Amino acid sequence: MWNSLLTPEFYNSILRATTPILFATLASGVAAKSGICNMALEGILLFSALFGVIFSSVTHSFLLGILLTMVVGGCIGLFMAFFILNMKTDEILAAIAINLIATGGTVLLLLAFSGDRGSSTSITNVSAPVLVIPFIQDIPFIGKILSGQNVLTYLALIMVVVMHLFIYKTPLGLKIRAVGENKNAAESVGISSRKIQYISLVLSGVLCSLGGYFLSGGYMNMFTKDMSAGKGFIALAASSMGGDTPIGGFLVSMLFGAAQAFANMMQLTTIPVELIQMIPYLTTLIGLAIFSYIVMKRKAKLSGK
Amino acid sequence: MANEIVLEMKHIMKIYSNGVVANEDVSLELDKGEIHALLGENGAGKSTLMKVLFGIETPDEGQIIMNGQEVTIKSPQDAISKGIGMVHQHFMLVPSLTVAENIILGVEPKKGVFIDMKKAVDEARKIAEKYNFDLDVTAKVEEIPVGIKQKVEILKALYRGADILILDEPTAVLTPQETDELFIQLEKLRKDGHTIIFISHKLDEIKKICNRATIMRNGKSMGTYNVSEISTDDMSKLMVGRDVVLKFEKKPIELKNVMMKVRDLTVYNSQGVLKVDSLSFDIKGGEILGIAGVEGNGQSELIDTLTGINKKYTGEVDIKGEDTRKKSIHDIRNLKLAHIPEDRMVSGCASNLNILENMFSNQYQQPDYSGKVMLKGKVIQKRSEDLIKEYLVKCNSYKQNVGMLSGGNIQKVIVAREFSTGPDIIIANQPTRGIDVGAASFIRQRLLEFRDAGCAVLLISADLNEIFSLSDRLAVMYKGKFSGLFTDVGQVSEETLGQYMLGLKHDEELGGVIYE
Repeated sequence: MWNSLLTPEFYNSILRATTPILFATLASGVAAKSGICNMALEGILLFSALFGVIFSSVTHSFLLGILLTMVVGGCIGLFMAFFILNMKTDEILAAIAINLIATGGTVLLLLAFSGDRGSSTSITNVSAPVLVIPFIQDIPFIGKILSGQNVLTYLALIMVVVMHLFIYKTPLGLKIRAVGENKNAAESVGISSRKIQYISLVLSGVLCSLGGYFLSGGYMNMFTKDMSAGKGFIALAASSMGGDTPIGGFLVSMLFGAAQAFANMMQLTTIPVELIQMIPYLTTLIGLAIFSYIVMKRKAKLSGK
Repeated sequence: MANEIVLEMKHIMKIYSNGVVANEDVSLELDKGEIHALLGENGAGKSTLMKVLFGIETPDEGQIIMNGQEVTIKSPQDAISKGIGMVHQHFMLVPSLTVAENIILGVEPKKGVFIDMKKAVDEARKIAEKYNFDLDVTAKVEEIPVGIKQKVEILKALYRGADILILDEPTAVLTPQETDELFIQLEKLRKDGHTIIFISHKLDEIKKICNRATIMRNGKSMGTYNVSEISTDDMSKLMVGRDVVLKFEKKPIELKNVMMKVRDLTVYNSQGVLKVDSLSFDIKGGEILGIAGVEGNGQSELIDTLTGINKKYTGEVDIKGEDTRKKSIHDIRNLKLAHIPEDRMVSGCASNLNILENMFSNQYQQPDYSGKVMLKGKVIQKRSEDLIKEYLVKCNSYKQNVGMLSGGNIQKVIVAREFSTGPDIIIANQPTRGIDVGAASFIRQRLLEFRDAGCAVLLISADLNEIFSLSDRLAVMYKGKFSGLFTDVGQVSEETLGQYMLGLKHDEELGGVIYE
């Protein structure tokens, strides 16, 4: 079994497993930069996984399906922003509400659309296509990892760069960072913090919905109940460990993606599957513990000079 | 230089929704190219006037005239676009951004969809050079010292084209060297045609750099003076003083034992600044020791230490002969000490609990009110109804949340709670600040009653009226020390007191501060 860790297929599967986490991590990052912890990622993943299936099957189009799914993600972000910023709901409570609605609501909607409570096998959805990149696919080993990935996987990698440029190089990005760090300072120079946080949450919702679409139309080819399986929370941890930066978040989500890929592969062994399924979550837990230990050390060093 | 008036504020009136009159018919006139001091104690209405000018508050009456035309300033953005910049006392900077990024925030130069960072850095550098500000614009704000942060704030305002700069107590956070440097730069800005409003209560600084000064007291303007023509004594007289003399029937003093003994008390705050400087004093039962002083001269730190909230101190605090160093706040309170805290909303009450719960938060453990497990609901209820009657708390019932009451009634609830324990020592920190006349006079009367009954009272107050009419002995606190102590309070004039409060005078030897 250990030999298979060295095959290009394993590394290929790491990228696949990372994709949904990466989208959600970027989503968490942009919200965090504006000063809001978007804990509703889990619910947004779940909703957009379902709506991805529904929209693509209704429109028979990947492009229309994903666009409409992004609208759903944006709407959930907008909904959340309205409750947090206008109605002054606690952001954690708003997120818990969205996550709970997602758990029950997706099953209800699934039942309505497919007549099934567990999965969407009766609906034919359109998955995101797989791209074979000429030339690169011919490179030995590397070619098999980088080529032949889902188009959304490539998009996720591109989004890391795009989000980095957006947050650090554009006026809006600067405003988002300013609002997240010192709201009063931003307000004092005429920036509407509410507007900036609205934009950030909607953007966060849209980014996250891409990860959701990938779950049911790329990673798998159907929607199953509770298929997000905590990836939204893993992403929250990944983003935080990566300092809420796109690049940092990308690196950490690769680590968690690797844990997921490793767990998937281990399922072929005789070890009880329940134990193996714990791997991604254990990795997250250990990762967070190490991370906060490092931060603590650094702080102690700084204050102690 | 011809006096060209750039800005006039005429007959500004501002009454806050809680009924506090912050500005009453205040007028201010600014000449082009002057440094104009706005002088007054905390709560005199300086900040409110500036908030009106900067568009944070709307005045109830009055007009603002800029360059001969009447204007309304609706928001800070509006003020900025009219060429008014403000440097707040608490900096409005984003720590993780660079100096240049902070300066351009909100008005970023663009190149396509991106910020033109090169241009931003160039422009920031250019403006810094123009005004001789020596700083690295690519440094992160979190890494630069306070003095530089203030320069960034000034540059931020200048970058947005401010002609009129409001500086809110700019030297409060600076070291003497930084202050000198700031003054050189302000002078340069002035010569460059900028007009500067300098808010302060430090007379020596005003003497040093200001051309004119408008003095405020109790929300009113006491007039505008040429700084070169007015002495610091006269300034302090205008700034400190009382408008109405309060009269209380005071019984002759009957001193009991020493209740509180403080020796060589020294306290540093969390930033390592010396706040209380080897202070020694005694208070006996049956007297009121008043402490006057401009806020921030160590009064808060002193009170926190006496009441056991702060434990980091050197020296000795004895209450009724017992050293309190090892005692918890609870233990200290059990020595029959009552404390009316400075800020009633922060440490005086739990605003979302009801009157009954607040009134019993310091005595619910007593056997009168609590059984082994459960509180004695009926007894407590009866007692709180009695206290509401006795202390004239205006409310619907004891079930009303304290936060719903007016300031004066909240204060009465706190006072009722503290006084109902039958204290031997009362520490009253600003007991009547911001409350209506009736409630204030009621609380003062109660303090006198406790004094007559043999209780030791320590009264800290910014209200000179109160201090003068209640104190048996009066100390003035300046920079952590008593700069003066008066045993014959009736003989002290406001002018003298003002001079001690502002550090113009101080006595090395204090007679009668301790009883030996």
